[in-house]
Amino acid sequence: MEIHGLESIVREHPFFAGLEERFGTLVSGCAKNVRFEAGQYLLHEGEPADQFFLLRHGRVALQIASPGRGAVTFQTVGEGEIVGVSWLIPPYRWTYDAKALELVRAIAMDAACLRQKCEADHDLGYDMMKRFMPVLIQRLQATRIQILDVYGAHA
Amino acid sequence: MDAARETVVTVEGLEAMIDLLKRRGYRVVGPTVRDQAIVYDDVASLASLPAGWTDEQDGGHYRLARRDDDALFGYAVGPHSWKKFLHPPVLRLWHAEHDANGVRVVPEPVAAERFAFIGVRACELHAIAIQDRVLLGGAAADPHYRARRDGAFIVAVNCGQAGGTCFCTSMNTGPKADSGFDLALTELVVAGEHLFVVETGTDAGRAVLAELPHRAATPAECEAAKAVVARAAAGMGREMRADDLHDLLLRNLDHPRWDDVAERCLTCGNCTMVCPTCFCTSVEDSSDLAGGETARARRWDSCFTMDFSYIHGGSVRPTARARYRQWMTHKLATWFDQFGTSGCVGCGRCITWCPVGIDITEEVQAIRASEPR
Amino acid sequence: MAPMPEAAAAASAADPMVPRIARVRRRRRDGRDVWTLELEPDEAGDAAFAPGQFNMLTAFGVGEAAISVSGDPVAPGRLVHTVRAVGPVSTALTRLGPGNVVGLRGPFGTGWPMAEAEGRDVVVVAGGLGLAPLRPVLYRLLAERDRYGKVVLLCGARSPDEILFRRELEAWRRRLDIDIAVTVDHALGDWRGQVGVVTTLIPRAAFDPRHAIALVCGPEIMMRFAIAALGDAKVAAEAIYLSMERNMKCALGWCGHCQFGPVFVCRDGPVFRYDRVRSLLGVKEL
Repeated sequence: MEIHGLESIVREHPFFAGLEERFGTLVSGCAKNVRFEAGQYLLHEGEPADQFFLLRHGRVALQIASPGRGAVTFQTVGEGEIVGVSWLIPPYRWTYDAKALELVRAIAMDAACLRQKCEADHDLGYDMMKRFMPVLIQRLQATRIQILDVYGAHA
Repeated sequence: MDAARETVVTVEGLEAMIDLLKRRGYRVVGPTVRDQAIVYDDVASLASLPAGWTDEQDGGHYRLARRDDDALFGYAVGPHSWKKFLHPPVLRLWHAEHDANGVRVVPEPVAAERFAFIGVRACELHAIAIQDRVLLGGAAADPHYRARRDGAFIVAVNCGQAGGTCFCTSMNTGPKADSGFDLALTELVVAGEHLFVVETGTDAGRAVLAELPHRAATPAECEAAKAVVARAAAGMGREMRADDLHDLLLRNLDHPRWDDVAERCLTCGNCTMVCPTCFCTSVEDSSDLAGGETARARRWDSCFTMDFSYIHGGSVRPTARARYRQWMTHKLATWFDQFGTSGCVGCGRCITWCPVGIDITEEVQAIRASEPR
Repeated sequence: MAPMPEAAAAASAADPMVPRIARVRRRRRDGRDVWTLELEPDEAGDAAFAPGQFNMLTAFGVGEAAISVSGDPVAPGRLVHTVRAVGPVSTALTRLGPGNVVGLRGPFGTGWPMAEAEGRDVVVVAGGLGLAPLRPVLYRLLAERDRYGKVVLLCGARSPDEILFRRELEAWRRRLDIDIAVTVDHALGDWRGQVGVVTTLIPRAAFDPRHAIALVCGPEIMMRFAIAALGDAKVAAEAIYLSMERNMKCALGWCGHCQFGPVFVCRDGPVFRYDRVRSLLGVKEL
């Protein structure tokens, strides 16, 4: 049945590796399958961050539109990774665009739904935080190196 | 000293030595008074030597003073060292001729002149040996240094009095000259007599001595010579424990003392200019206006300059702290890794000629005494 | 051109600070401020080098700079150098064209550990211009492919138009016996490749860390982070090699400028095994 199938897909995603049985059921209640064609946007800067995505297939470019330069990609993410962290903190608003570079199949997680479940079950909430922390920290570390512009010609 | 080998020459004999060396085509250089210091320069005759002079040295302090005798070598070392002649401050390396047919690179011929050094101290002999290792001991040898070095005739002098900043005994580099010389003199000025006890070091030294009026030294004279050296050894102005410096300094690269010395250090580079073992150089390319001739010259450089170590992002050692640490840890620690010996001979010049009197022996002691456990 | 008098030639051979003559045969632009020069030494048979070594190139009247050899070690009689115009000497070199003359001294320095790499997986991590001193390694690996295990090339660049040797990378990628991943720090919208720092390529690269050797070259910050990522991927410090860079006035261990702690980059390097320099890399302003 559909929900049962979705739950196993959710559990199989590397982001949820080792997820406890009861958490799996809780989390899948907020999930749905989605798909984006190449060139379609998963989310836009400024819009409400009401969901995030677990990528199952395909690559996504995280971009910021810059006047005069067009869209500047600052990171690409792919299969097994997630798109969207701004749903975790107010004001729950996207700060960049995410565009599918090719056909993307993903699981979309409803942000409000998951936030509510985490408030109700703090064990679930802690488990979610432990999964998101490494992603945030690694992206922060990588971003710092990018800021240093190590390949640039420094006077 | 082997009493049977020691000979004695008089002051007149030393004058004859200078004349002999000149006749043999050597450019004779040695100590002379100029600009209120005892520097190394051409010696026209015995009269050029600083008879009756001595020096008072301390941190950031150098003064000449009159002696109450006429000793020719009654002082320690001044701002010059023999690297001035062996590893000259400026040297053209090659020039290139550019014309319609192409480019022809012409190496600069090595020096044809041969130097005779008069008055080389034990610490300086060690400094020369240290520079030999740097410039001749690697995969390639510097031909300019080689030519000057091979051609040099060295008349060493055993110090009769230690300088105010000397610590050769701490570094095992003196005060007695034990190798690296053609002749070594110990000056005796006593009871109206002015003599030099002479030790020969090489066949060339023996050949020169043979042509000078000389006689065997008496046992008393040999004893007197030993006493001169002992007196110098007992009168060191500084001391520095030197058996543990490599590990001590390299495990204290973040010691707060470096910040302390950085507040005093002007990064003027005097220490590197007067140090007899500092060897760093830079090169400068030049061109005539028409582009018909280009050239490259080598000149002394100092690790205290901002652009001594850089990559395209900028200076690698922008702070005085980093540059002072580089100089001191190179001199006393990493020199061992590179060349198998210390880079310091305990001559004290860096202490004397530092405008603010930074004292390498004091810095070492400060780190050792307050090493974080 | 008049031949050099014998005495001068002998003295030049005896003085390693005197350059010999080489002519620029080809000049190609490889980036906004990057040019590749192909040099032919006047003396035949004078173009041997080991991957990772560098030459000192003189722009007459301007000065001399240390430039890694970036060409094929078996190409006869030619020395290829990729130069980025960042200062007066490198800028002068990049302005030279076919027929112009340069001064040449070298090759100098330690090369990449090709012998130690035999039989192992080879992971090459190149950042920006760091691909230039590594390109001779790739030529050797691909020419003698059966001597090595997996060959993985991970390249980082600032942006897509600053990827060095891009056409060559694309040609290599068409081979089936080398894995190539390229990433850029940022890209304009039409780039469909990877965006992110080069360290992110390491966890995903397919090689056996227990039997791999890693060769890393690029800006020092990039090398430090890449080496940390290699360590996280369980590559031992003794299996990682990097190429250091410092300014040089002689390349002979005489001028003192290239010292990095106890080592002279010109003579003890530029290629170092990581465990030898690990503690030095951790000291600020060394």
